[in-house]
Amino acid sequence: MLFKLAWKSLLARRVSVLLTILMMTVSIFVLLSVETIRYQAKDSFTKTVSGVDLIVGARTGQVNLLLYSVFHIGVPTNNISWQSYQEIASQPAVAWTIPISLGDSHKGYRVIGTSTDFFEFFRFGNKQPLEFQQGKAFDDHFDAVIGSEVAKQLGYQVDDAIVLSHGIANTSFSNHDDNPFKITGILAPTGTPVDQSVYVSLQGIEAIHANWQGGVQIPGRATPNVKDLQPQAITAFMLGLNSRIQTFNLQRQVNEYQQEPLQAILPGATLMSLWSMLSSVEQLLLLIASLVLLGALIGMANMLLVSMRERRHELSVLRALGYRPSFLFALLQIEALLISLAAAFTAFISLQLSMYVLKDWLLQEYGILLTRLSIINEFMFMLPMVLIASFVVALIPAITAYRQGLHQQLNL
Amino acid sequence: MTNRPAIQIENCQFRYQPDSDKALLHIAHWQIEKGETVFVYGPSGSGKSTLLNLLAGILIPQQGNITLDDVTLNQLNHRKRDAFRAQHIGMVFQRFNLIPYLTVADNIKLASHFSKLDKKHLQQRTLELMKALQLEVALLERPASQLSVGQQQRVAIVRALVNQPELLIVDEPTSALDSDARDSFVDLLLGQVQAAKATLIFVSHDRSLAQHFSRQLDIQSFVIAGEKHAV
Repeated sequence: MLFKLAWKSLLARRVSVLLTILMMTVSIFVLLSVETIRYQAKDSFTKTVSGVDLIVGARTGQVNLLLYSVFHIGVPTNNISWQSYQEIASQPAVAWTIPISLGDSHKGYRVIGTSTDFFEFFRFGNKQPLEFQQGKAFDDHFDAVIGSEVAKQLGYQVDDAIVLSHGIANTSFSNHDDNPFKITGILAPTGTPVDQSVYVSLQGIEAIHANWQGGVQIPGRATPNVKDLQPQAITAFMLGLNSRIQTFNLQRQVNEYQQEPLQAILPGATLMSLWSMLSSVEQLLLLIASLVLLGALIGMANMLLVSMRERRHELSVLRALGYRPSFLFALLQIEALLISLAAAFTAFISLQLSMYVLKDWLLQEYGILLTRLSIINEFMFMLPMVLIASFVVALIPAITAYRQGLHQQLNL
Repeated sequence: MTNRPAIQIENCQFRYQPDSDKALLHIAHWQIEKGETVFVYGPSGSGKSTLLNLLAGILIPQQGNITLDDVTLNQLNHRKRDAFRAQHIGMVFQRFNLIPYLTVADNIKLASHFSKLDKKHLQQRTLELMKALQLEVALLERPASQLSVGQQQRVAIVRALVNQPELLIVDEPTSALDSDARDSFVDLLLGQVQAAKATLIFVSHDRSLAQHFSRQLDIQSFVIAGEKHAV
């Protein structure tokens, strides 16, 4: 009876109830998205690179080096010379290296010049190796391997030809169309920026820039014999050590390198410092989202409170029939509960839908992979909180109804 | 059923502000036998509603006892008073008896929810009362807001009687009705009260209705009596 009464009474006031639900939906949506993205961003970030002991690049901010070398966000400030790279890579402590050469793109996707060691030594997530969905690693200078999202979005297959563009803008007018690349492999999805990237050999990068100078093509200059190509410089490199004990030792060596100003960072530690930088923003977002929810809850309480005026007769009739004041309290609380539940589930479904739509864009632009499971987890965590908050705020109209029931006379 | 009076009020005093001596209702002794129909009249603001709220157990006198059959209302806690009202007292108000967004059937169920009768008997009793009060069965599924005022008042009587209360309290039920409807309403009401062997307290300022009832009470006699006693 209680439930039916609450339900029918909400239906009878459907316009103001719907507006209240809408208001609550928007606020829960904001809170849920902030929480989901917050969690997912952190998760994606920490999953992007694993098993790399140091990242070496030109001297710049630690976070900056991490961002451009691993996440392909931002612009590298300077290169490091091939000589320095070779020298550090040949240290006995170093087990393997992955060179990274940035600066070109293909239809908005970053092109990374590297070596086949990348496919062998790079790890993501929980130390998972890269796998090929189709084809194999590059072999020739004008071979390319593409990430799964690139293949999916642009509809590429193995053996398709692609033309790289100079620079990293989405639409570039200077194309390396004199030297098309052939796709030899497509990587399996990783949920990291790898999916959004095109990998070519360092020699390939060198070859397409051989007849260029200062960012423009010099007409008439022929592409040299690619066999002779020796890269002059790379942007950065990742390295793995034989023993992790040597990490700080080698880091100091790199930082004190005499020939060139270099910098080595520990990816894990830098990720942590990045997060601590972002955590205040993160907290602020969470605070704003919570305040928005609080506002919506107060709006709901107000709607219920205002409705008490027009329901004076109704509550009086219930009292005359022998319903106790606590019944009126429960009635108001159940109405609030129904509104909150409706809003929470609407928010959840709209978030699922918008995530479905925005998934690719988020992964592409920010390297954040959203999974359905994570939204469900966040929701399960948040739903009780929202319901408790709704209960607390709805105490205002519910107690008013209780007191009205206790003291009001039956003179209608 | 005992042979005790339906209502017995002894030495009862009530005021709204416990420390004021204004608006005082004082009932030295008032007794109503079972099956009596009482017409209570008096100008508005004279304490009629207060008396009804005292009888319904919503208000509690500061002094004295109000006893319905063998239950002294002011000795029960408020939870028990609410339960007693649900089982033993039916009430009909001037207007707004029904919850507009519920169907007629659901409005009646609001009361029969507390009944000790089983579902089948309740259904039967509802249909009997509907018929006796000249309400079509088809109205049961209509939202209360779609009914005319006269129909709403009759549904209110059905609901008030469905739990077979010993006492029926009716507050200005005819003020929203025109004079023809008013007389037939009072006739129907009295017929059903008699059939249910209930006691009726009928409050109105319309003295032309008084002839239908077995007893009359001028509410001002309680007030005046109170003032005399207070001196």
